[in-house]
Amino acid sequence: MEYFFELLFSGLTRGSIYALIALGYTMVYGIIGLINFAHGEMYMIGAFTALIVSSVLTIYGLPLPAILVLTALAAAVWAGAYGFTVERLAYRPLRNAPRLAPLISAIGMSIFLQNYVLLAQTPDFVPFPALIPEFAFLEPYGGIVGSSDLVILAVSALVMAALTLLIKYTRIGKAMRATAQDQKMALLVGINVDRIISLTFVVGSALAAIGGLLIASHIGQINFAIGFLAGIKAFTAAVLGGIGSIPGAVLGSFVLGLTEAFATGYVSSDYEDVFAFSLLVLILIFRPAGLLGKAAVEKV
Amino acid sequence: MSHTRHFLLGLAALALSVCTANPARAAEPIRIGVAGAHSGDLASYGLPTLQAVRLVVEEINAKGGINGAPVELLVEDDGCKPEIATNSATKLVSGGAKAVIGHICSGATRAALPIYRAAKVLVISPSATTPALTQSGEYPYFFRTIAADNTQAANQVEFALHTLNAGKIAVLHDKGDYGKGLAEYAQSLIEQSGKAQVVLFEGITPGAVDYSAVVQKIKRSGAEAVLFGGYHPEASKLVGQMRQKRLAIPFVSDDGVKDDTFIKVAGKDAEGVYATGPTDVSTNPLTKAYREKFRQAEGTDPGAFFDNAVAAALALTNAIAKAGSADPEAVAHALRTEEVATPFGAIKFDARGEPVGIGFSIYQVNNGQFVQVR
Repeated sequence: MEYFFELLFSGLTRGSIYALIALGYTMVYGIIGLINFAHGEMYMIGAFTALIVSSVLTIYGLPLPAILVLTALAAAVWAGAYGFTVERLAYRPLRNAPRLAPLISAIGMSIFLQNYVLLAQTPDFVPFPALIPEFAFLEPYGGIVGSSDLVILAVSALVMAALTLLIKYTRIGKAMRATAQDQKMALLVGINVDRIISLTFVVGSALAAIGGLLIASHIGQINFAIGFLAGIKAFTAAVLGGIGSIPGAVLGSFVLGLTEAFATGYVSSDYEDVFAFSLLVLILIFRPAGLLGKAAVEKV
Repeated sequence: MSHTRHFLLGLAALALSVCTANPARAAEPIRIGVAGAHSGDLASYGLPTLQAVRLVVEEINAKGGINGAPVELLVEDDGCKPEIATNSATKLVSGGAKAVIGHICSGATRAALPIYRAAKVLVISPSATTPALTQSGEYPYFFRTIAADNTQAANQVEFALHTLNAGKIAVLHDKGDYGKGLAEYAQSLIEQSGKAQVVLFEGITPGAVDYSAVVQKIKRSGAEAVLFGGYHPEASKLVGQMRQKRLAIPFVSDDGVKDDTFIKVAGKDAEGVYATGPTDVSTNPLTKAYREKFRQAEGTDPGAFFDNAVAAALALTNAIAKAGSADPEAVAHALRTEEVATPFGAIKFDARGEPVGIGFSIYQVNNGQFVQVR
């Protein structure tokens, strides 16, 4: 039974890691119906920004929680700026182009950003400091769950709640939903659609950056390519849960993470991807819109 | 450019030596072939070995040759391509080579060996590491002065069984050719030994965000040591998460992990990790002497397999001298029985043609550095 709980917690850790990235994916898709393949790169750039900022702050000798908060802010702002720029350069000029065109330019952006970081930073893995402090109360359970596992879990729950509130109850959220329903009509009622879409990208990228910071701190190493695999897995999770649906992204991530953990634990880690992707195929056969996606919901 | 020039020089030397075969000489020269990639994209593997053989042979000829007979080199460029290697081998055999130092690449060596076997020519490769070349037993006159790919696994298993005294071992790999090959070999060695059991054999997905599930599995298996075949990014994540989940058993890995980046990334978790790596020979006086000669001749540091090629040339010429003839049976016997001083220290060869004394050592991370433990 203890083994079951150990696996449960590693599944939850993996799931919440995927959820942090999947939330941004699903939000951008929900608003403008575009899969932002450069999202994984925002995660990677967030992690690199966090590394640089936290190293500088450590030199100034700030306490660990302060470093964590300031670094998260800096990474979110910086990645948000990247998101804004990417949208301006790669997506806005293609707003009225066929759907395939922005998809290709998104992939191009992803390749460009990876290679840019490879050249500007380093092709090697670099160590990432453990920014999440060790909680004393977790000491007796250290073999099962660590403090970074808990923090990632809590942050992804928090972000899910905040995003839901933002979209449901604020003016901006209303404008986002209007844009999602019909861009032309939204324009006619006086919504600055371009600004709303930019904002969506900025928020999505900032979320990815915070994910990058927390996950890098959990794993302890980063390089230019980390966004790719994490992005693919998070994308899978978002589709599994129903792309465009915010609770769906979280649910899909946990289903994916738990499947992988239990497949590893009870079968073999050789087959974790086989199980994860078989599950995806099965779910899409029986629920083509994903677990929580409804065929019409993405446009509501 | 310079590769082509070397190649042309080699050809010219060959042509000259054939033209000037001097009937007035006291003894018939002993012809030794040198085959490998001397041009093309893998020339950086072949040229240092050619230079190494030349340095050794020059020295021997300056001292009057082997038992009075001068040594003559026949040089063939195979470009590391199996289809060219068969031609090179045929040319060397028909040119009268009594023994061949080469080839450089495992694929080319494997293609050329049947021709040498048919002609009873002894072959000694400084760099072909595919285990089957010696271990298949098909080529009794094939030797090498480099450790085979699976030597590392043998070293790891030996270390885990006899130094760490582990009775239960978890073997992990990264599903890649290199890592999985090592892991499979280690698994079969552990099972053959009968001293320990493999309680877990698993491949992990490189680049995954979290390995805690597999770490919990290792914990549950009751393993007393982990052998990991793969590279340092996964190794540092695995070790980090093992320590996080309070799993303090020894971690033994390979030369894909024996890299300073591993220590840099894994930080304090790297402490105590074992990894195999080529034995450090840079303090051996012979190594220093030959490397210095190379630097004087070429103006740069010697490249890959230079030390191995010096060892091959020294072992071969020594064996011919001890055997008193270039007959392959006698030379092979001498290679197996007579120790010879090389850049790797004193070496000889086992019955299969593997070098005894060239190989991997076990290193351990100690205060942020790999320290050779045995």
